Amino acid sequence: MNKEIICIGCPMGCPLTVTVEAGKVTNVTGDTCRKGKEYAEAECINPTRTVTTTVSIKNAMYALISVRTSKPIPKDKIGECVRHLRRIEVEAPVTAGEVIVKDILQTGADIIATKSLDLYQ
Amino acid sequence: MEAYDLAVIGAGPAGLAAAAAAYEAGVKKIILIERDREMGGILEQCIHTGFGMFYFREDLTGPEYAARFIKKVKAYGITFKLNTMVLQITQDKTLVAVNKEDGLLMIKAKAVVLAMGCRERTRGAILIPGTRPAGVITAGTAQRFVNMEGYIPGKEVVILGSGDIGLIMARRLTLEGAKVKMVLELLPYSSGLTRNIVQCLQDFEIPLLFNHTVVGIHGQDRITGVTIAEVDIETKKPKAGTERKVTCDTLLLSVGLIPENELSKQVGLELDPATNGPVVDEGMATSVEGIFAGGNVVHVHDLVDNVTRESEIAGRSAARYILEQKKAATLKLKTKAGQGVSYVVPQIIHAQQMADELALSFRVKEVYKDKRLEVSLATDTKTKVIRVRKRRILVPGEMQEIKVKKEELLAAIGTGESASDLVLTISVRKEDEDENE
Repeated sequence: MNKEIICIGCPMGCPLTVTVEAGKVTNVTGDTCRKGKEYAEAECINPTRTVTTTVSIKNAMYALISVRTSKPIPKDKIGECVRHLRRIEVEAPVTAGEVIVKDILQTGADIIATKSLDLYQ
Repeated sequence: MEAYDLAVIGAGPAGLAAAAAAYEAGVKKIILIERDREMGGILEQCIHTGFGMFYFREDLTGPEYAARFIKKVKAYGITFKLNTMVLQITQDKTLVAVNKEDGLLMIKAKAVVLAMGCRERTRGAILIPGTRPAGVITAGTAQRFVNMEGYIPGKEVVILGSGDIGLIMARRLTLEGAKVKMVLELLPYSSGLTRNIVQCLQDFEIPLLFNHTVVGIHGQDRITGVTIAEVDIETKKPKAGTERKVTCDTLLLSVGLIPENELSKQVGLELDPATNGPVVDEGMATSVEGIFAGGNVVHVHDLVDNVTRESEIAGRSAARYILEQKKAATLKLKTKAGQGVSYVVPQIIHAQQMADELALSFRVKEVYKDKRLEVSLATDTKTKVIRVRKRRILVPGEMQEIKVKKEELLAAIGTGESASDLVLTISVRKEDEDENE
């Protein structure tokens, strides 16, 4: 199977044609440096993304607190991850790095706060 | 009147870095003034990753990046005032500011670092015809609503402009349940990072239409739709007959940023029409003695890492000025944007007092592939190419850097040259093009 992707290694944005056979990248064309092949491998076999979003927070200066996954999760789980987090509410104070949800969607990644918010009246 | 050695205006990434660097260079009596209710600036609403890859070699979110500097500034015991707006700066470095607690506040400083950042261009700046309904907002404003205040600006969104903020917001609004119908770009290429085009648009199958713009806004109280059209690549004018209507309840504008220089103008700083920011030298000193500047107030950056580095230079120079009362050396070079280059920062170099190596920041005018970058120095009598670098790709959306060495510059200037007509030019050349063409 051939996949058409754009390399994000640099602003060249080389259009790559990647051949995937039995779950392995067997050929890459269109790449103009070594970054192309590396990117094609990562993007075609198991594409992952670090997800960043917000959760509601009570008694803080803002209505929301920013969060991220502690490591990249499979790309096809981004939507479900964000939808899940829309229902989560935490209470101030929260410290950056604090775990908000452990092992989100059984990905092995935790949801951690990326900002500290104090108690605010 | 309160007296300080250094006053820093703005506690975003630029102000934080300048204040911390000045402290580390030996200045202890520093005040940092911020108009928002917390430090961190725009980084606080940039909840996505991609910050700090160069400075920390880590992929951080905006708030995480800011927190590292906020922590430093607090640990150093630097005075900071939040919710405080600076209204005026005078040439003798007296600041007039206002806030709820102190009322009108006068601050006397020996040196000032300007770190006010930039602001977004609005509908008025690009003159879109049509009615004036609600629902037409800038991408950065939407970002603050969505990421900090907890409001979604709309459910059916069209985005004009494919800069990074527009792309980031396309993904953000999609994840929050809005339908982003399309992103329109006037130019034949995006000024955003390739990574953002792939991860913010392609991941969510959001169409990106190059050579397109909005030519009409519809709706009375709330926007009901826009008319879009294809534009001619050369003239950028809409092509007759290509107009079509797209329904939407929100139009996001991501159409560029302008350095925020109300205070700079008022105090009489010389501004560069190419950057819309103050003219600065190699130490980020402006045309008024003792006033320095760093970050997006000087020129709009793509990466916060570069804002930090530049503002650290401003902070260190301000410290040196305060501690040593050093006057600028007399030998002065002007930098110039040559062929294919839209601006160069710094605009002035004092060759004798520069560090051994100086990075010149600049932007190119269009997309160039396989070209030579050339730095040449012109004196009254001759022009000498002092540096040539091959580049595979140069894009306007990515700030470029080229380094020059002090010894190279001094050697090229030679002896006995008049100090008034030394011009350092950066140009984009074809591989086979001669410098004199």
